[in-house]
Amino acid sequence: MKKSLKKYFPIFMLPTFLAFCIGFIIPFGMGIYLSFCEFTTVTNATFVGFKNYMKVFTDATFLHSLWLTALFTVVSVILINVLAYAVALLMTKGIRGTNIFRTVFFMPNLIGGIVLGYIWQLIFNGILQYFGRTLTYSASYGFWGLVILMCWQQVGYMMIIYIAGLQSIPGDLYEAAEIDGASRWQTLKKITLPLSMPSITICTFLSVTNGFKLFDQNLALTNGQPSDKTELLALNIYNTFYGRTGWEGVGQAKSVIFFLLVVVIALLQLSATRSKEVQQ
Amino acid sequence: MEKTKKHVGLTVFFSIFSVIYVLPILIVVLNAFKKKAYINRYPFSMPDEKSFVGLENFVEGIRKIDFFSAFGYSLFITVASVAVILVCTSMCAWYISRRDSKVTKAMYYLCIFSMVVPFQMVMFTLSKLSDMLKLGNPVGIIIVYLGFGAGLAVFMFCGFVKNIPIEIEEAATIDGCSPLQTFFKVVFPVMKPTYLSVGILETMWIWNDYLLPLLVLNIKKYKTIPIAIQYLKGGYGSIDWGAMMAMLVLAIIPIILFYLVCQKYIIEGVIAGAVKG
Repeated sequence: MKKSLKKYFPIFMLPTFLAFCIGFIIPFGMGIYLSFCEFTTVTNATFVGFKNYMKVFTDATFLHSLWLTALFTVVSVILINVLAYAVALLMTKGIRGTNIFRTVFFMPNLIGGIVLGYIWQLIFNGILQYFGRTLTYSASYGFWGLVILMCWQQVGYMMIIYIAGLQSIPGDLYEAAEIDGASRWQTLKKITLPLSMPSITICTFLSVTNGFKLFDQNLALTNGQPSDKTELLALNIYNTFYGRTGWEGVGQAKSVIFFLLVVVIALLQLSATRSKEVQQ
Repeated sequence: MEKTKKHVGLTVFFSIFSVIYVLPILIVVLNAFKKKAYINRYPFSMPDEKSFVGLENFVEGIRKIDFFSAFGYSLFITVASVAVILVCTSMCAWYISRRDSKVTKAMYYLCIFSMVVPFQMVMFTLSKLSDMLKLGNPVGIIIVYLGFGAGLAVFMFCGFVKNIPIEIEEAATIDGCSPLQTFFKVVFPVMKPTYLSVGILETMWIWNDYLLPLLVLNIKKYKTIPIAIQYLKGGYGSIDWGAMMAMLVLAIIPIILFYLVCQKYIIEGVIAGAVKG
């Protein structure tokens, strides 16, 4: 069977393989190479070495958005996961209407980032006008607006994953804890939390990468206003490519740095939470 | 049933919380029926005789961004891309899992790798490449989606194929099935749940995607819904909020309908995707 399968390469693998080359491998390779070049389209590139990378680190908007993205990711990851976990804990207690609540909390996930951004722009501006201000009055409004938006969108998604994790914890462990006279807090700390580490790993991973790669919501909610102070990394890279002529190489260098950051953070985060997972 | 009694308080709490949760969407719906001037000034009041405009905002918005053609393009691109992704990547994943060679191994690890790479990394080169290959139309973009979406799909299908006992396939081969027949008659039916989860994850992604179609498609001719909505924002940041509200409502309605019909599968799909990922 093994031998005969080889003939079928063109049918089974070739279409995906070719598309994967067009959609990922070639652009990725070209992207790495072009980050060392000066160019305006991909055909007129001249090699300039590390010049683009030097420029990146002297670009104040990039450093600001880097710092802001890190802050945003930390704040949103903590809020989203704590809220989602707390809601999931309550949802698994068998309260009435759980299914309806679950349906409601998950819904915002299906709505696209652009649409979400404009929905919340209306809400925030509506509230802030009572104080005579707008969302773009100060950078901190935009920042916290984005945090609230992301919590609203993602708590439901993470909650679903946490509920699945909590439901897979065997009930006899809780019975044993009850017999041993463990308090509620002790049960949570010694049984529930350690045994939900796999879902915590997944949810923190998802929320970290979502936070870092955030683009649509950022664009629709504030578009970086006031004066690029609420511009996260992904939007900063986009504006470097398409907003500043002659900076395409710098934009590509920024993307490479962005990519390396995402990989490093994802690996660090995975190894940090994986090490706390326990065997059942 | 002492336990359920204790939780009445929680039920009330979550009921109130749920209402607050859907409030932003309800407010958008209310504002869609108000005059432009009233939306920004009194966004939280109900439409009354003075501010009510009927369907004027909808008519204006549909005309301005040609909503129905945007809807058509979104629908076509999403359905066609997801169908192509499901067929091609499941075949590819099965081939990778059943044939042990350097090419298949490399493909597998590249797929995992591609899941971490942010779109910004390939955005510029991908848009130029698809320009050169003339993929900037609703049919061509399917190939781009297949390529960029292959990572997650191949990875999830591989995870599932590993759990299929190879004996069934060997029995099919002995009975004279070619690999193609084995795949479509034996493997395909048992993989149905995975098709559903991969399909749902890819549908959620492609339907809502903004940046990839913006950069790949010929924007003058083809706009998807997210792009059309972003275009309502004028060149100097001025927004026609009346048309915007109406278009947001029209953009949300199909999603909510889809969600209410397929809710069970969507939630299962998300859980399955998370566990594999």
